[in-house]
Amino acid sequence: MPAARAWSPPPLIANPWLRWGAYGAVVLYLVLALGSIEVNWARVVAGLERGWAFVGAFLRPDFAARWPEIVDGMRESLTMTVTATVAGVTLSVPIGLGAARNIAHPAVYLACRALIAVSRSFQEVIIAILFVAMVGFGPFAGFLTISVATIGFLSKLLAEDIEDADPGQLEAVRATGCGWWQWIVYGVQPQVMPRLIGLCLYRLDINFRESAVVGIVGAGGIGATLNTAIDRYEFDVAAAILLIVIAIVMVAEYSSSRLRKWVQ
Amino acid sequence: MEAGNGVLRLERLAKRYPTGDLALDGVDLDIPAGQVLALIGPSGAGKSTLIRCVNRLVEPTAGRVFLGEAEVTALGKRELRRARRRMGMIFQEYALVERLTVMENVLSGRLGYVGFWRSWLRRFPQADVEHALALLGRVGLEAMVDKRADALSGGQRQRVGIARALAQNPDILLVDEPTASLDPKTSRQIMRLLVELCVERRLAAVINIHDVQLAQMFAGRVVGLRAGRVVYDGPPEGLTARTLTDIYGEEDWSKTIRPDEGETLGEAAAAAHAAALRPVRLDRDRVEGQV
Repeated sequence: MPAARAWSPPPLIANPWLRWGAYGAVVLYLVLALGSIEVNWARVVAGLERGWAFVGAFLRPDFAARWPEIVDGMRESLTMTVTATVAGVTLSVPIGLGAARNIAHPAVYLACRALIAVSRSFQEVIIAILFVAMVGFGPFAGFLTISVATIGFLSKLLAEDIEDADPGQLEAVRATGCGWWQWIVYGVQPQVMPRLIGLCLYRLDINFRESAVVGIVGAGGIGATLNTAIDRYEFDVAAAILLIVIAIVMVAEYSSSRLRKWVQ
Repeated sequence: MEAGNGVLRLERLAKRYPTGDLALDGVDLDIPAGQVLALIGPSGAGKSTLIRCVNRLVEPTAGRVFLGEAEVTALGKRELRRARRRMGMIFQEYALVERLTVMENVLSGRLGYVGFWRSWLRRFPQADVEHALALLGRVGLEAMVDKRADALSGGQRQRVGIARALAQNPDILLVDEPTASLDPKTSRQIMRLLVELCVERRLAAVINIHDVQLAQMFAGRVVGLRAGRVVYDGPPEGLTARTLTDIYGEEDWSKTIRPDEGETLGEAAAAAHAAALRPVRLDRDRVEGQV
């Protein structure tokens, strides 16, 4: 009878010195990094107290005191969300087509990819600060911010979806002697449409949340109202605003996931 | 084979891929109208490259392609699209646009003839719609017009692929492994249908095919390709153990050489003539067994 032969899966890093060295380096770094964090425990205790006041306020949110401001902020935010999503999607589709390597001319491809890279390289808040400086406080800056963010997100994912499209179907449509736009409409669109609709709905959802964030740096909307409330220590008003935001996000998320299922 | 007045003529056609692989090495072919040519050869012999060089889905590196009088290899973009309308293409994996309906797939064969807005809004000319419906009837799918392509079986999909190619009103069919994804029975039905349609319409066809027996059964001429060169060009009866060894390499070919029973080209052609007399119906009975 042959001897039992041991087997274990090959390790990720074959060289044992390198392997254990890497593990050791990670642990050492973690210890040093944790050691470098300075915690002011007195401040934490004070902050906990303020945190409790906040939690307490959540139990009795005050919708009435600043109701007109809340309504204005909400209206601004929702307007910003919808207009920026429409503008962003409208611009994303041509840019996404241009950024798909399998259907675009190489020069167009590079230009569109560069555009996407730029719009993705900054977080929304930073773009918002830039636009507030350019066009002043208010929802227009928010609209521009969210549009740019939508372009970065949507055209990149659309382009990637187009690049994953079945080349056989693309080739077959091209073989009929059609023009470029017909090729897009018959070969590409049917393949990417359900996902594109899903992404648009998902982005609408994200954009509403973004509209609340960019308000904090002065780009209008419910974020501005929220910021003011917190600055005035009106935690009950802030709680009311947050509850409304949560409710709207949940409704948006639920309905967009229903719609996405439907378009598959 | 008379030379010079073929519907498709290749002169010293060559293709070298950027990787350095020489897929076609000076191929000369002259295909008269109505001829069904089977292109056989091992994987990587250049069969797919050859038919894609004809309509320049793959750009040949050297040589010339003539479609009738027009030199395809000398055409600009716009003229190339016009030339492509006259070459119907049929694919191994059917290559239907999966999320479009059967009818939309067939009508996509008309894209080269119809403007962008009409095609986008699906407002095709009445004649195109009728032609498409007649073709779907001919291939036995009139009941499937508004089904989505991804709801069909393999054999049905290939029928849609054939209808799409014919909707172009082509002079020639370029067929890439039409039966490679199908079972043996469906393969025969599809090949028979293709040959019948070619006979009915005096259409030439270049059919890439792996299955030597199917090639012998249905084609009027067989061309063997090996490493990008033509190593056999003649009637199906001319395929012997020796010629097959030339094409594919050493192997026991004694079982492959001549199918002892089953259809021959003569039978398929006779069936097609019967079909021409009863234009639409012949293939339907066969389809029904399989739907």
